[in-house]
Amino acid sequence: MIDLSDFLILGAVVFSTGVAGILFKQKNIINMLMAIELMLLAVNTNFVAFSHYRGDPAGQIFVFFILVVAAAEAAIGLAIVVLLFRNRRTIEVADWSELKG
Amino acid sequence: MNFETVVFYVFAALTVFAALRVITARNPVHAALFLVLAFFSMAGIWILLEAEFLAITLVLVYVGAVMVLFLFVVMMLDINLVRMREGLWRWVPFGAVLAGLLVFEMVWVLGSSDVSGGKAAVRHAADYSNTKELGRLIYTEYVYPFEIAAAILLVAMVAAIALTSRRRKDAKSQVIPDQIAVSKADRLRLIKMPAEKHTREKLDSTTGVAR
Repeated sequence: MIDLSDFLILGAVVFSTGVAGILFKQKNIINMLMAIELMLLAVNTNFVAFSHYRGDPAGQIFVFFILVVAAAEAAIGLAIVVLLFRNRRTIEVADWSELKG
Repeated sequence: MNFETVVFYVFAALTVFAALRVITARNPVHAALFLVLAFFSMAGIWILLEAEFLAITLVLVYVGAVMVLFLFVVMMLDINLVRMREGLWRWVPFGAVLAGLLVFEMVWVLGSSDVSGGKAAVRHAADYSNTKELGRLIYTEYVYPFEIAAAILLVAMVAAIALTSRRRKDAKSQVIPDQIAVSKADRLRLIKMPAEKHTREKLDSTTGVAR
C-alpha cells in the first residue's frame, strides 16, 4: 500500500532537484527556467496527493490554476529570453548585468 | 507488493532519473527532452492518484505545448556549448549539499510521522468521473478564479507577442491621422513663371539630344 508520505517524499526529491538545478545551471537561463518547471511539477504532485488522500477535489482545482500561471510564466519568460538574446547575442546570465544588481 | 506499488516505484524512479538528467545534461536540447520524460512519468503517477483529467492536461499542455516552445527557443538561439561548460562545477557542491539537506529534512519529517492520519485514500467507484467533478467545481464554486485565469492567459499571450514581434523596416503602412491632417500647402505648390516659346532648337537644347 502506497502511503501519502511516499508521494510527498517523491515531491520533495523532485523539488530539491529543481533547487539544485537552479544553482548548477547558473550560466544558461533556459536551463534555469526548466529547473523552475521541475519545482512547479513537484508542488503540483503534492497538491494532487493531498487532494487524493483527503478526498477533496479543491486541490486539483488549484493544480489547474497553477498550470495556467506556469504556462503564462513560461511563455513570457521565453519571450524575454528571445528579446534579450536578440539585443545582446548571449543567453548567459552573468552577461546581463546592466542593472548592477 | 501489488501491481500498484510496482507502478508507483517504476514511475517515481523514472521521474527522479529524468529530473536528475535535466539538471546535469550538457546539451539544452537533451535537458528539454528529459524534462518531457519527467512530466510524462509524473502524469503516470497522477493517474495513480485518480487525477485523470490533470494527468492528461499535463501531457497535452506541458509535453505538447510548453516543452515544444522550450525546444523552439533552444534551437532558435545560438547557444555556445563550449562557454557553457566553463565553470560548471563551481556551484555543484553547494547545490548538492542544499538539495541533500532538503531531501533529508523532508524524509525525516514525512517518513517518521503518519501524515495521512492512518486514513486510507478515498477510493472512487468505476463510474466516477474525475473530469465531471472538476468541471462542476470550476463552473460553480471557482468560476471567478476561472475567469481570472482566462484573462491571465490572454494577457500572457498579448505580452509574449508584443515582446517578440519585430516591426519590419521596409513595411509600408498608412498613417490615417497624417492623411486627414494634411493641408493644401503640403501637397501643392503654385509657381509663377513667364511663358516661353516652344521652338525646335529650344527643345533640342533642353533635352540634350546630340545631332
